[in-house]
Order: sequence, then C-alpha cells, then structure tokens
Amino acid sequence: MADSRGGPLVLGIETSCDETGVGIVQGHTLLADAVASSVDEHARFGGVVPEVASRAHLEAMVPTIRRALKEAGVAASDLDGIAVTAGPGLAGALLVGVSAAKAYAYALGKPLYGVNHLASHICVDQLEHGALPEPTMALLVSGGHSSLLLAPDITSDVRPLGSTIDDAAGEAFDKIARVLQLGFPGGPVIDRYAREGNPDAIRFPRGLTGPRDPVYDFSFSGLKTAVARWIEAKRAAGEDIPVADVSASFQEAVVDVLTRKAVRACKDNGVDHLMIGGGVAANSRLRAMAERRCEDAGITLRVPRPKLCTDNGAMVAALGAEMVARNRPASDWDLSADSSLPVTETHVPGEGGQGGSGHHHGHDHVHEVSKENLYS
Amino acid sequence: MLLLALDTATPAVTVALHDGSRVLAESREVDARRHGELLLPAVDRVLAEAGRKLDAVTGIVVGVGPGPYTGLRVGLVTAATFGAVLDVPVHGLCSLDGIAYAAGLDEPFVVATDARRKEVYWARYANARTRLTEPAVDRAADIADEVAGTPAVGAGALLYDSVFTGVRRAGPEHQSAAALASLAAEKLAAGEEFLPDRPLYLRRPDAQVPANYKVVTPK
Ligand SMILES: [Zn+2]
Repeated sequence: MADSRGGPLVLGIETSCDETGVGIVQGHTLLADAVASSVDEHARFGGVVPEVASRAHLEAMVPTIRRALKEAGVAASDLDGIAVTAGPGLAGALLVGVSAAKAYAYALGKPLYGVNHLASHICVDQLEHGALPEPTMALLVSGGHSSLLLAPDITSDVRPLGSTIDDAAGEAFDKIARVLQLGFPGGPVIDRYAREGNPDAIRFPRGLTGPRDPVYDFSFSGLKTAVARWIEAKRAAGEDIPVADVSASFQEAVVDVLTRKAVRACKDNGVDHLMIGGGVAANSRLRAMAERRCEDAGITLRVPRPKLCTDNGAMVAALGAEMVARNRPASDWDLSADSSLPVTETHVPGEGGQGGSGHHHGHDHVHEVSKENLYS
Repeated sequence: MLLLALDTATPAVTVALHDGSRVLAESREVDARRHGELLLPAVDRVLAEAGRKLDAVTGIVVGVGPGPYTGLRVGLVTAATFGAVLDVPVHGLCSLDGIAYAAGLDEPFVVATDARRKEVYWARYANARTRLTEPAVDRAADIADEVAGTPAVGAGALLYDSVFTGVRRAGPEHQSAAALASLAAEKLAAGEEFLPDRPLYLRRPDAQVPANYKVVTPK
C-alpha cells in the first residue's frame, strides 16, 4: 500500500454543507483538493438553503471526482480506500456524498470509511504540519460549528470540551454582515473592514466569560443582538454607521472569547499545542490573536492554510488515510448519512465487515450543524 | 447485454439485473425513509443472486423521477458513479414509465405516484409503452375532472381514489426495477432514445429570499 511517498492512498468525499469536495491524500501528503461550491446560489437567500445545496452536490459529484483524480495523477484502481463524511451536516446533502462514496467504493472493490466531519477538520492539519501530536487540542470555528475538542486519538477518541450554546461563530459573522448590509458570507468582508477599524472603539459583550459561566462553552447570540442594537440606535439618531469600527469591535469580541477559552483549555489539560480549523480560522485577527496568546502561554499553534480550513474533501481523505493506517474497521454498505453524528463517533465502523447487517444509532440530540438554515 | 437497473423515485428501493432477454434477479423493498441505506446492499444482493459481478454490466438504467428529491438523488448519484467507474452508459427513464410498463394495460390510462403535500406526480399513457404527456405535479383535487373514470395505477391513484375513480387496485402500486429494466432492454433493441441521467424534480426548492433583517431593538 505504501509507495515512495508513504502512507495509504485515500480519496475523500465531503458534502455536509454547500461545498462538494473531493480530495486525495497519501498518508500526510496532499495530492488533490477539488472543490465545487454552491455558495453563490445561496447568497441571495442570506444563508445555505439545504435543497439548493443537495441539488448542486448531485450535479457536481462525478465531475469533481474526475477532477481530483486528474489533479492527483493517480488511477482509481490504486486507491487503498474511499472515505466520506457520514455526518454531522445537512441530511440531504450528506446523503448525496455517502451514496456516491458507496457506489464508488463498491465499483472499485475498495473499503469504505464513513468518517466524522469535525474529526476531519482536525485531521486535515496532518497535510500541513505532519503527524498530529497526541492528544491534540482543537478549536473548530465555522458557519456550522464552534467547538473545543480534545483528541487523544483522532481515529477513535475525540472528546468535546465545549461548544456554542446558540449561534456558531461564523453564523454571527453572517448575521452582523447582514445588519451592516455587506452581503453573504459575512466572514471575509467583516475581516476586510475590520482591518481599517479600531477594535477598541466599541466595547461589545464577551459571552459566557463570567466567573460562573461554563469554562469552555461559547455564546454569540447576545453579542449579535448587542451589535444590532448599537447600529439601530445610530441609525435612529440619523448618524452614519462607522462600519470599519463596528466590524473591528465585533470581530474583536468574537476572537477574544475564542482564543481565551482555547488557551485556557490547553493549560487546564496540559496540552502544549493548539490547532484551529473551520472556515473562521481564515480570519486574520483570529490568527494574529491566537499566535500572540499561544506564544505568551508557551503553546505551539497549528493553523492549516485557509483552503484546508474550509470544508473540503482532502480533510476527509486525511482522516480516512489515518483510519487505514491504524487498521480501523471499514463501514458497511448500509452506512447511513447521520445529520447529528456525535463528535465522539469519529467514524462509523461496520458490524461484521462490509455487506453486513444494519447499523443503528441510538442518540437523538440535534447537532448545531444540522439546523435547517443558517438565517433566522 | 447486461443491464443494472435501479430506481429510488418512489417509496420503493428497487434493483434488477437484465441480460437483454430476461430479468436475472430483482430486489424490491418499500421504505420511504431508508433509500440511502438499502440501495447498495440491494445491488450487492441482486448481483450475487444472478452470479454476476458489477464489472460485467454493460449499461446502467436509472429512474430519473419525478419523485421526492432526497430519495431520488440516491439512485441518480449511484447510477452516475457506477457509470463513471465502469465507463458504461447511464440510461435515464421516467420513473412513471416503469410503473406504466408493469401495468401492462393496452388502453388509455394514467400513472400517479405520491408527491406528498396532497399532490401527485402523474402522466397519461396510450398503452403500457406509450406516454402521451410530460410528467406533471399537481394537487390531486385539481385534476379530478381530467382523470375521473380513467383507469389509473400507482400509489398516488390508490391514495386519492376519490379523484382517480378508475383506479386499478391490483396495482402496480410502486416501482419495479425489473419492469424498468425490461422496458430499457426493449428500447435499446429498438434503438430508441433515453433521458439524460438528470433528476425530474418538477418543483423549485423551498427557499425564500429573506426580507430585510428583523429589528432587534425593543419597541
Ligand atoms: Zn465544517
């Protein structure tokens, strides 16, 4: 299975939200990262519309697989396995990827690995910085998730320390961008305005940072309301909105809480490094503040390049390759797409090898990602 | 010729293998919520029963709907992926045509499946092989005058039997990939055209452009 580059050759498929991603890796080496995004189709709705995303996945699936194989310059018959995001995510969107991955693996006679989207976000860093230290501390922040995770073994043991109790961090960016009438998605545009603004101009609240609040959980709903009220008050008074200062001050509040809690989690758990993933990891202020605070605390910071932080197939392939390398059991052909797959289920192993009987989950909580829509 | 036919446009998850002259094996399971779980094991079972391997297949036949979207896509993406890996053509057929073929009627009739929300997907046929109208989605109550008394088959006709008063209770109720495969084999032999392997949704996604954001300041 290993050639000169070393490690299992795995193709990964990701369709949990609005990106159709197909990546190919060999061990810790990235060979291809093909992504087709339907983000433009969602822009006028102000958020991801599940049915629009699912339709786009079906259109893009086979062409994106072809593109990835070409980019990697490998033959499908040389693959050691096919990995796919089994959840969490939008149910209908996940189902397109899971169905394609099954057909692909079956037709090629390769093992199938249904893996967890959040664990994949962590594992992708192996493509950038080599083997993950064990345990790894991870802060995942995007339009769908805001989680602090401790991963002693990325293939089998990921522990949730905290997560958002209301909005995801990226969602807060989208909503504030809407209040400021800056369009969707909100993250990049707010980051851009914030560079021209003063982060201390307005002191917006830091959610869940009181002495009795949960140490590792996040809340961005109160912040969102505070920013909206501040803007509305200005508008009501007939004053101009200082967009740059509002952007910078809002962003500062989000980033301050994220980095403070992540560094605290590292210290409390004796972990000397932190990885940050998810689309919000592309935020320049988050990167800068995390760098400074980690350095002050003697913590090594690992942040993959932005394209690997957003949803993509390479991250799924990276975790799949780790599953193969560690001899984790493959999934069955009746693998389900599970919109609320808990992060503790790093993958969905089959019960008796492939072709075996049903595999059912007993959990019933709803994951933040599986909300029907990102706007309220 | 070895055709693998599959359809997930109705509550049935159905797969069949056809060698150009007869159906070698078929699987039919009715479970509207588990298309994703049931399809691949059914393919595996049908191939095993016929003693064939997937790489012997010379063409994929897929029902392209109309049907409720989520399930419909399972069959379409599976068919497209098989077609790409095996490098064989993927022949699309209107799913209602498979049900019409299975009905075997030699007189004008309609096929109607359940589109949920009190609607049906339906089309008119001159006989089991000849569709007269494009498939449509309508509220059952709205087409009562058009279909009253006409022989009708399919789960939609059974569900709204006060509208489809000519309903044939003997069926067929759901799709059968064996019928779909047989129809495809006939069409291939006759050199007839197929549909592209793209979904017939017949409805736009439910999505609304949000009005301007809601003001949060208390009044
Ligand atoms: Zn993600």
